[in-house]
Amino acid sequence: MSVSTSTAVARIRSARHSSDVRRLFACVFGFLVLAVMTGPSGSNLAPTSGFTGSLLHPRVFVFIALGVALWAIITAQHRWGEAIKHASDHVTALPRRVMPDRRVRLAFYAVLLAVAIVGPLHVNAFWQDVLVDQIGIYVLLAIGLNVVVGYAGLLDLGYIAFYAIGAYSTAFWTGALPVHPPIVLNAFWAIPFAIATAMLSGVLIGAPTLRLRGDYLAIVTLGFGEIIQIVATNLQGVTGGAQGVIGIPHPAVNLLHVHYTWLIDPLPYYYLLLAFVVLGLIAYSFLEHSRVGRAWTAIREDEVAAESSGINVLKYKIMAFAIGASTSGFAGMLTASKISFIEPGDFTVQLSILILVLVIFGGMGSLLGAVVGAAFLQWFPWYLKEHPLFGFQPEDLYIYLGAILVLTMIFRPEGMIPSRRRKREIGLAEHGVGTADAMSSSQAPVS
Amino acid sequence: MCFTQNFWSFFIGGIANGFLYALIALGYTLVYGVLQLINFAHSEVFMSGGFAGYFVLNAVIGNSQPRGLTSIGLIVLGTAAGAVGGAVVAYLLERVAYRPLRRRKAPRLAFLISAIGASYFLYNLAGKEFGRNAVTIPAPYTNGTVFYIFGAQVQTYYVVIAIAAMIMLIVLDRIVAATKLGRGIRAVAQDAETASLMGVNIDRVIAQTFILGGILGGAAGFLFGLNSGVVYTMGFTPALKAFTAAVLGGIGNIRGAMLGGLLLGVFENLGVTCAPTEWRDVIAFGILVLVLIVRPTGILGERLGRSA
Repeated sequence: MSVSTSTAVARIRSARHSSDVRRLFACVFGFLVLAVMTGPSGSNLAPTSGFTGSLLHPRVFVFIALGVALWAIITAQHRWGEAIKHASDHVTALPRRVMPDRRVRLAFYAVLLAVAIVGPLHVNAFWQDVLVDQIGIYVLLAIGLNVVVGYAGLLDLGYIAFYAIGAYSTAFWTGALPVHPPIVLNAFWAIPFAIATAMLSGVLIGAPTLRLRGDYLAIVTLGFGEIIQIVATNLQGVTGGAQGVIGIPHPAVNLLHVHYTWLIDPLPYYYLLLAFVVLGLIAYSFLEHSRVGRAWTAIREDEVAAESSGINVLKYKIMAFAIGASTSGFAGMLTASKISFIEPGDFTVQLSILILVLVIFGGMGSLLGAVVGAAFLQWFPWYLKEHPLFGFQPEDLYIYLGAILVLTMIFRPEGMIPSRRRKREIGLAEHGVGTADAMSSSQAPVS
Repeated sequence: MCFTQNFWSFFIGGIANGFLYALIALGYTLVYGVLQLINFAHSEVFMSGGFAGYFVLNAVIGNSQPRGLTSIGLIVLGTAAGAVGGAVVAYLLERVAYRPLRRRKAPRLAFLISAIGASYFLYNLAGKEFGRNAVTIPAPYTNGTVFYIFGAQVQTYYVVIAIAAMIMLIVLDRIVAATKLGRGIRAVAQDAETASLMGVNIDRVIAQTFILGGILGGAAGFLFGLNSGVVYTMGFTPALKAFTAAVLGGIGNIRGAMLGGLLLGVFENLGVTCAPTEWRDVIAFGILVLVLIVRPTGILGERLGRSA
């Protein structure tokens, strides 16, 4: 009896030991990858120079040490985990405890809004531009994609295509394209047309693919994003081709007693953008808690059950897709009229992935997460450009973004600022209840 | 006249492309069979094969102009290097981007996102390490016309691709149909849970499936690179088309992937006679959308876990 117990204990100990070793290996491996990522670049002529420069250089010891340190922390957490977890829970639970209080929440948002209004006045012109072109636009795009990926659980990898459609339809309605519209509009009045065109193309591309399995949607949208660029480049007579379109006018309002024209100063665009972001946030937050939002939740959690409860699954999926597309189209309109120049190269598939990273990192289905995630991830590379850290090179950005996607999915699939419902769903799905996405199909083609 | 103009020469070019699409498409179909997931990072498996073949041939050939048996040896060497490169990347991909999620029974969305992330990570890392401009693989043979079909030239390159691809396709078909590994793959594809009860090590079979797909994809990367050069972004378009081919033939269906690849290659190439070459990708995409609308199960139908 005692012999078998002791062997069992020994086995447990050795199992724990081997998992410790494996974890050490994984930590060090991870940091060695980071060493390569942050190391010098190689070239065609010296393909190994990047690896040797980063791995056979004294700096590799720093990374190994960091890996071991991380392992030590994780191991310590496993051994004396309860105490640490308890302490950290106490700290991280604070927002969770006070946020449900409606007044606290509103006050928090009011402060955030106040910062967003006053903050830009105190930064220099360069950062004001970054704030509009890089942060504001992407926050808007992220909350739009959040509806598709977060609320409806659909993977759209060609999101930027709708941004392109919005931008090009603005160019069309303001008369900047080689083909002329029936009436030339001011960029401001082109907004509804840009939104409607983007929404319509969302419905057109979504309708055939949304009835299929979700991964088909992903690949079709990925292809669509690429095709849009090819079409914009090659349909010279319509889109102006590879040289792009110049002279898209800035928006202007002439309504009753209000006369205002946006010029090249970024701040007015910022406030226009802020107004639309706030509008979008309010609208999507209402939508989330409306009948439509509940339908999306039902589809995400169990598509078959949703369908049998009388929810028209296809309709709600198309709705989410179209809402996302129209947000993207609006963002495209704004960019086109601010910069007043667009070219096919502005709408690469990479950008779609970038926006996906923003949403995933912040937290799928969480509006606050999308905003904060987008703002942070868009601000940080610009900050790093000014203050290089650990050998960060701007052209390597997508290596880091790719790594963020994988790591988020492995360690924190609900994102940094998770939506509570989404977090619960992912947890449940991992225990075999529900799906947490709309990836299965309503009309599954199964042989 | 479009379609009929130079029909045979476009047809032959299409067949050659089609063989490459078939090799890549098999990677999608095999993984789809065991995981019911589209491996979004397969394009980077293809790209790694291209680079591996490039580095090896670059080191071996130098400035010489190989002929005869040496040429054949070099082609085999390059293909093998590509296959190894692809297999290594595919295996790492499975270990890092897929297995942790599978352990946790993560939702399908998580797998797709993780694979997309891995894909971006890999190709941008390749761009950083190996340079961002395209390079050409030193030719292991002298390109020329080998023979004529209906007056159309058949170039050495096409012959190389056709022979290499056919050998690999036949071997794969036999592996899946007649070996223990193939039985394992089919068992997991049919019903993973039951297979594990019967003593199949699912993790191992999945890893081997990734490696098998990686071998084919990597080899295709090298063969593609022989003609079109190697660059870190090379994977995107061929992989998208190969996916189209897999869907066209019926995803999960191994012979379907081969048929779909050849059909897509030919259709796309003949389509180019009707529109400028820049529209080639648009044609392939149009075919994908059309197939998904008209017959989402593909020509031969979806089937998981059957040898033929």
